[in-house]
Amino acid sequence: MNSHNILRDKSLALKVAKYINERCSRDKYTIMHVCGTHEYTITHFGIRSLIPKVDLRAGPGCPVCVASPVNIDLAVKLSLMDNVLVTTFGDMFKVRGSKFSLMDSKGMGGRVSIVYSIHDAVELARRNPDLEVVHFAIGFETTAPSTAAMILSNPPENFSIIPTHLLIPPAMLHLLNLGEVRIDGFICPGHVSTIIGVKPYLGIACSKRVPMVIAGFEPLDVLIGVAMLIDMINNGECTVKNEYTRAVRFEGNVKALEFMDKVFKVSDAYWRGIGFIPNSGLELRDEFSMFDARVKFDVNVEADYNMPPGCRCGDVLRGLIMPWECPLFAKVCTPENPVGPCMVSFEGSCSIAYKYGGFTFH
Amino acid sequence: MCLAVPAKILIIHNDKAIADFGGVQREIIITLVKNDVKENDYVLVHAGFAIQKIDEHSFKDIVNTWRTLLEH
Repeated sequence: MNSHNILRDKSLALKVAKYINERCSRDKYTIMHVCGTHEYTITHFGIRSLIPKVDLRAGPGCPVCVASPVNIDLAVKLSLMDNVLVTTFGDMFKVRGSKFSLMDSKGMGGRVSIVYSIHDAVELARRNPDLEVVHFAIGFETTAPSTAAMILSNPPENFSIIPTHLLIPPAMLHLLNLGEVRIDGFICPGHVSTIIGVKPYLGIACSKRVPMVIAGFEPLDVLIGVAMLIDMINNGECTVKNEYTRAVRFEGNVKALEFMDKVFKVSDAYWRGIGFIPNSGLELRDEFSMFDARVKFDVNVEADYNMPPGCRCGDVLRGLIMPWECPLFAKVCTPENPVGPCMVSFEGSCSIAYKYGGFTFH
Repeated sequence: MCLAVPAKILIIHNDKAIADFGGVQREIIITLVKNDVKENDYVLVHAGFAIQKIDEHSFKDIVNTWRTLLEH
């Protein structure tokens, strides 16, 4: 595949940027995306500097950043119990709950393993029948089908999960309902959309009168996505278009959606920095409750959490401010010593801005 | 977190496959795309699972459309 070279074609990128700039008939167009990988592409390739009238805002596109601190506290507590091993994806390892992260727990003698895939966690459970293996099942719609597939694959009895999967379209609707930031258009997350397809966005785009484009993750994907959005905004076209056709079908991944539906039911969920969002979480259906670590282990954690003093991750996650507008950014809060979750995760807006921000394309 | 990378399927064995990630080969789970893919197809892989087949030609269509549009 040579998509990389073609989708990073500098001369075509500059032409698309010119196309966008020529069509910006007002001072500012605010376009929000809700994906950490989009934020990486936008910041790493200096896309904001190419299209100065387009205010590209990052929304809550990092599941690690918005993960419920109560679930992290639960994972920490379980990892410190005898005969329990907690497995986690790498970017969740360092994120603190109310006090501690899984990394802190490991330092305190807790049993924690980083896995690449939930499949590896199930294999660990099979190979260690004397251990209870608890997987921290985090992620948006991109990740939830793999959790569902493993739950349906008849995993061993000593395997369970802490269900922390979240759904993106309800969060987009919530931000529009909050109305804290003007959103002229959305770039929809490409990999979430490979699973859910185009349909879940359509109702929101029509009812809230907000154009949306599903875009891929190369620089030209994002620029073409923005160009499509600017045309849609100018024409008052409130629908959903798909730029990422190489991976996103209208109907999504039907089999993955069936798996999710079999295993999970939709529930209200708490998003760190945002609060409770209706119908934005996934809980295991009753027939799979034996795989729910919260049911399996009689452990209580306090649902009491505030962002660290001075930390504005909540405002970053709701698109109210850019990372560098937080007074702690790059002063007391750095990837080495992160204060808030957005500086911890590789896909957090603050971490990306710290590592790659400030690049201007000439 | 939702990072997904393209890989070429080399050998399929039931719900698993050996896939090539630009020179590095590793096992992936293809349960979610099983009926849609065959050997030599490209898929997007996220957290060890193939989540969707990649249509190699469609990105060229989009780029060519924009190239044509911008050259006139």
